[in-house]
Amino acid sequence: MLLGRTANGLYWMNRYIERAENMARLLDAGLRMALTRTASSAEEWNSVVVSAGCDVAFRNRHPEVSATAVADFLLRDVTNPSSVLASIETARGNARMVRTALTRETWESINEAWMAMRRVLARPVDERDLPSVLDTIKRETAQIRGTFHGTMLRNEIFDFAQLGTFIERADNTARILDVKYYVLLPSIHWVGSSLDNYQWESILRSVSAHRSYRWVYEADYRPTNIAEYLILDARMPRSLAFCYRNLADSLRYLEEAYGIRHACHDTLAATTAKLKGATIKQIFDSGLHEFLTAFIQDNNRLGDEVARSYRFY
Amino acid sequence: MVAFDEMSPDKSGIRRPYFGYDSWLREQDTARLSEKTRDAERVFRKTGITFAVYGEAEAAERLIPFDIVPRIISGQEWRRLTQGIEQRVQALNAFLDDIYHRQEILRAGRVPKELVANNAAFLPEMIGVRPPGGVYTHIIGVDVVRTGEDDFFVLEDNARTPSGVSYMLENRETMLQLFPELFQRVKVRPVEDYPKLLRQSLAAVRPDGVKGTPTIAVLTPGLYNSAYFEHAFLADQMGVELVEGQDLRVVDGHVAMRTTQGYKRIDVLYRRVDDAFLDPLTFNPDSALGVPGIMDVYRAGNITIANAPGTGISDDKAIYSYMPDIVEFYTGRKAILGNIPTWRCSEPGSLKYVQEHLAELVVKEVHGSGGYGMLVGPAATKKEREEFSKKLAARPSNYIAQPTLSLSTCPVLTDAGLAPRHVDLRPFVLVSDRIQIVPGGLTRVALKEGSLVVNSSQGGGTKDTWVLDD
Repeated sequence: MLLGRTANGLYWMNRYIERAENMARLLDAGLRMALTRTASSAEEWNSVVVSAGCDVAFRNRHPEVSATAVADFLLRDVTNPSSVLASIETARGNARMVRTALTRETWESINEAWMAMRRVLARPVDERDLPSVLDTIKRETAQIRGTFHGTMLRNEIFDFAQLGTFIERADNTARILDVKYYVLLPSIHWVGSSLDNYQWESILRSVSAHRSYRWVYEADYRPTNIAEYLILDARMPRSLAFCYRNLADSLRYLEEAYGIRHACHDTLAATTAKLKGATIKQIFDSGLHEFLTAFIQDNNRLGDEVARSYRFY
Repeated sequence: MVAFDEMSPDKSGIRRPYFGYDSWLREQDTARLSEKTRDAERVFRKTGITFAVYGEAEAAERLIPFDIVPRIISGQEWRRLTQGIEQRVQALNAFLDDIYHRQEILRAGRVPKELVANNAAFLPEMIGVRPPGGVYTHIIGVDVVRTGEDDFFVLEDNARTPSGVSYMLENRETMLQLFPELFQRVKVRPVEDYPKLLRQSLAAVRPDGVKGTPTIAVLTPGLYNSAYFEHAFLADQMGVELVEGQDLRVVDGHVAMRTTQGYKRIDVLYRRVDDAFLDPLTFNPDSALGVPGIMDVYRAGNITIANAPGTGISDDKAIYSYMPDIVEFYTGRKAILGNIPTWRCSEPGSLKYVQEHLAELVVKEVHGSGGYGMLVGPAATKKEREEFSKKLAARPSNYIAQPTLSLSTCPVLTDAGLAPRHVDLRPFVLVSDRIQIVPGGLTRVALKEGSLVVNSSQGGGTKDTWVLDD
């Protein structure tokens, strides 16, 4: 027996933990670019803000794009609901609300992450300290995930939290891919060619896949390979296929445990079929941007249907 | 006025209950103890054992300072104390039953009629309602103060929604973690059973129609309530749901909670929401914290609400002064535990006395709690007393006054070593078909030297409370 409000809290708790981590990854990739490129880095930082999905809000707060402004907006600005500080605050608020559903270890790891992040983000972060701050954020969220997986019973509580994690992650990966391709690919004719460009690495870096990509595809950055890796490769823990395999696991568990199939199950099945049935060539042929836009919409709908089916409100 | 120190009342030595602790303490080094205090604080922050202070946006979540020196009560002292408390709690429930039915104590003239009739804590909606199991106040925190070797007094009966029990449990847990060896040496009676007893106690007063295991839930006003941590803690420890008003509605004559699989019936609701917010259809219409229609379900006998609505009439500060009579009226015996002498400012003679002796008295609002809106005469400035005197004159019936008691002290660890500080004690009582009191309670301590105000909202701290197994 689980309260709808509790399921909702678990879902958003994990979405925001995931979001905090994704922000740190995005900044990490941006930082890397700024360090390795000789040309103006403003463009790169701009694409970080666009990938984070908050370029409009950013421009309302900052007239110019700079490393300091972007880092501050994505890390510390509480008027930006997706900043690391705002995200961990929301995550912890939800965790407090659903505290009875969490193991003591999980609650404490979230609470400690909140304390640690508030500490390192209490003041504007000096550029020199940025790597260590990002490290802290990634380490804290990894710690939460570790205790969550290591101590939580595998029941509905676990599954509602997992749904939050993977809907957020799929959204994040799809957005990064969409934005970066739009920015990076000058012409569709370049799609199949091998490009020697740090920018490509930055896509992989922002989903922490730059090392593993090389194991799979060797050191050759081809747009099709990168897209295939992030969309279709179910071995890659931040790919859309991986996210949907986990979403399917959780929704199947709920269907079996409750003995009821809802609209969200059909939406999931439809999206999964699109991921399984396609080759990367087909996706490019019919338009990557169109594919990703449709995916993001389906993914959002899945979230809404989960909330309705399980009486989050 | 020299306070009674519970560890060493005079230079001659240590009181017997503290022998074991004292011999351990002599072997400790002060720096290590200070380190332990910091350890304890880290544990509390880590687990998020915090409370909110109203009106202080900055300190949205604060720790209640914890002192690592335990407050120790002998088994014999405890037995006497609990006899007095049991008697008092019996009387409270009998009084409530009477007040909401035949009102014999009013007819007998032992308690003035108008004190009940004009009291906001008296709920006419409860007249004639008999709660499941006949219990009105299920969970009570009786505040006890000590002034000498054999002198215990009840300062206040908290019969509505007393809080603090989570601190009793967490304080013990923390002490066990910090000083495991100490518990080998001194035999302390356990308090860990409390959540189990609470659950059994709530299950025992389920509605008559419920066969088998009842569904129990804790109702909290939510995240921003000062005692939210405790609500979550108790629900968790009992293994029951923690619900908010928004989770509940009346379905087919029963209160039900919205779950991921639809609405599920609740049989017993341990509510930590005040009467006024319980049912917007019956009480405060603006309340979003309660459940519309729950009072109808209650009157139909389909849910147990613990504590019952309307119990506030029994712990009201104006009623308090009549408690010795109330105890005698219902139990047929003199009260084992005494009251503190109380002047009711509603009586002209008393008002005159209080105004003339403000510098010696503690004046409290009849309906206040948490140490808000009170005047501690000896600690107040002349100006503060003059201003208070005006308020007093304007609404005398809103106030009672008591002598400034010399509360007993216990040592606390300060930067300069051990130093005595004033304490009180809140044991927690559970009432169902029986009365149970876990051996311990919440010891609150005024951390400021000489201060008599122990409330956590006013800078008080807490201590682990030991009842010895002797």
